[in-house]
Amino acid sequence: MDILRFATAGSVDDGKSTLIGRLLYDSKAIFEDQLASVEKTSRDRGENYTNLALLTDGLRAEREQGITIDVAYRYFATPKRKFIIADTPGHIQYTRNMVTGASTADLAVVLVDARHGLTEQSRRHAFLATLLRVPHLVLAVNKMDLVDYDAAAFERIAEEFSVFATKLEIGDLTFIPISALHGDNVVQRSPNMPWHDGPSLLHHLEHVHIASDRNLIDVRFPVQYVIRPHEATDPALHDYRGYAGQVAGGVLKQGDEVMHLPSGLTTTVERIDTSNGPIEEAFPPMSVTLVLADDLDISRGDLICRPHNQPSSSQDIEAMVCWMTEARQLTRGSRLVVKHTTRTVKAIVRDLQYRLDVNTLHRDETADGLRLNDIGRVSLRTTQPLFHDPYGRNRQMGGLILIDEATNATVGAGMITEAH
Amino acid sequence: MMRADYLLSQLDVLEAESIHVMREVASEFERPVLLFSGGKDSIVMLALAERAFAPARIPFPVMHIDTGHNFDDVIDFRDRRLAEAGARLIVASVQESIDSGRVAEETGRWASRNRLQTTTLLDAITGHRFDAVFGGGRRDEEKARAKERVFSFRDEFGQWDPKNQRPELWNLYNTRINRDEHLRVFPISNWTELDVWDYIAREKLEIPSIYFAHTRPVFERDGILLADGPFMSRGNDEPVFEASVRYRTVGDMTCTGAVESTASTVAEVIAEVSVTRVTERGQTRADDRASEAAMEDRKREGYF
Repeated sequence: MDILRFATAGSVDDGKSTLIGRLLYDSKAIFEDQLASVEKTSRDRGENYTNLALLTDGLRAEREQGITIDVAYRYFATPKRKFIIADTPGHIQYTRNMVTGASTADLAVVLVDARHGLTEQSRRHAFLATLLRVPHLVLAVNKMDLVDYDAAAFERIAEEFSVFATKLEIGDLTFIPISALHGDNVVQRSPNMPWHDGPSLLHHLEHVHIASDRNLIDVRFPVQYVIRPHEATDPALHDYRGYAGQVAGGVLKQGDEVMHLPSGLTTTVERIDTSNGPIEEAFPPMSVTLVLADDLDISRGDLICRPHNQPSSSQDIEAMVCWMTEARQLTRGSRLVVKHTTRTVKAIVRDLQYRLDVNTLHRDETADGLRLNDIGRVSLRTTQPLFHDPYGRNRQMGGLILIDEATNATVGAGMITEAH
Repeated sequence: MMRADYLLSQLDVLEAESIHVMREVASEFERPVLLFSGGKDSIVMLALAERAFAPARIPFPVMHIDTGHNFDDVIDFRDRRLAEAGARLIVASVQESIDSGRVAEETGRWASRNRLQTTTLLDAITGHRFDAVFGGGRRDEEKARAKERVFSFRDEFGQWDPKNQRPELWNLYNTRINRDEHLRVFPISNWTELDVWDYIAREKLEIPSIYFAHTRPVFERDGILLADGPFMSRGNDEPVFEASVRYRTVGDMTCTGAVESTASTVAEVIAEVSVTRVTERGQTRADDRASEAAMEDRKREGYF
């Protein structure tokens, strides 16, 4: 059994909470006491139906105001897969939350109301999913029951979206007509829509192929922590020096010649240690410890790769940045802290090339700042080089967060576009 | 592990993620500490910490917030297991918080030291100047927890502000804090109760015997089976009877309920957990039943 992480995008009116509620309920991930509590709250609020949205609204303010504030993570499993849902709210701070939820997602489900067709919001959701390089996208056309399960209504929306999708870099796109309320095509294929020859949503989630979404080509091992058992009584351990980290790309093999950055020195992988003893190969997202043949000066923030396949190394970084705070703006000259892989450096914003309108994809080159939920193309100059790959090639090697030095808040997220 | 096409099982992925989080804390903080209750989640946490830093020892101490209302077996287990791991144990005692007047013992039928633990915990964090505190909280446990970050910021009063949390992207964690602030770190956020049991089974981790079915004098309160014992203020309308029970969670005796069970092995427990239709906190924790936002309120004050 493996794990599929997916993000759901859509407003309350699109039936997102109902869909999640149904997936959880039909896969028996909702427990009786949770359901009883939701039923009671629904009754207390005078609602004449069981409001499944209450299952996902966890905080007091959310229940009181009937809104969702933050990304919530939900879990369910079928015999095929374990699923982690990043449930992102449909309105307040939408961009920030969707970017957060999509950053780790293998798949995004964008919900559209069959009666209303594509809206500005559905285009925005799809754009954000592709900006974050979510490898698989599902356009779920919901509320098919309200258009009499009409094939033409579904096809109209699918066609319109396909035209829009040509402007985006979408790896894998699937259209599914559903009714979350009645369960059509959610878990079982619906007898109400015999014209649809594709799978149900759950069947698609269970079977979509995600193993090759990882970069298994470019060996990238950001050194996270150096393991040295100082007080070891065992003489075999006295000289032990292991470089611990999570493999960010490629397949590392015992005996491989590897290069250390920034030094550029080469050595070989003597052993790959794990909690269950040495292994022959390590690949993403394994956390392992490398023991190298030569005693090099290696510390946290360094990178191990193959000599003939190195990442870019530069203090000049180009990135698409999503700004996540209302406390301050990103402007030319802003000073920030950047965290990228295991390296944390200071940076200055050299240039803001444009702000992107996420609804129209129009580039505003006259923009002088990024505000909360804005996305723009930014040039950064860092105090030390970052060893990086374009985000589109490797999400781990191309993603960075921006931190405000004064407040310590996380104020932005960046996707590295290209190297200088 | 399914090696042929470089696939990993869900437990392998979760383990890798948790180990990454633990190493990140060890790298970026000066004074981390691991909370340990002797319950199954902290047993998994301790095992993950051993694996994250092997062959070196765990590079931070382990702290038990001791309510004094413990199951005997759990304390024996704690001492044996920590000695085995070579980890340094710090015990922060709720009794001492009571004796020094920091908190007052609750009275009446619902008296519990559960809520008092928050003061003991926060005092210990301040006293030892801990800057990162590992907890075994999981997001599937409770709906306030479902919205909490893996690295969760606490201000100088130990408070959680759910509306002002740091966005968390990829595997990049913002670890920056000022003096007197700290982070609560939850490496097993993405594990479910079943994942924890599956991992215990796969890794053959030892767990205290109260997790297996045993015969015990209990009484029923508000649908929860509580152990009869010296710390309990049991009413005359709450008759004691013997039942075959096991515990799904381990906490303060006064508010941790047992479930009826005949499971005597990890495999049998997993079989029961797989078909259960009630959450572990809903079934066994009187503390979460106080109100719909009970956990949220306690977390805001600085609870685990």
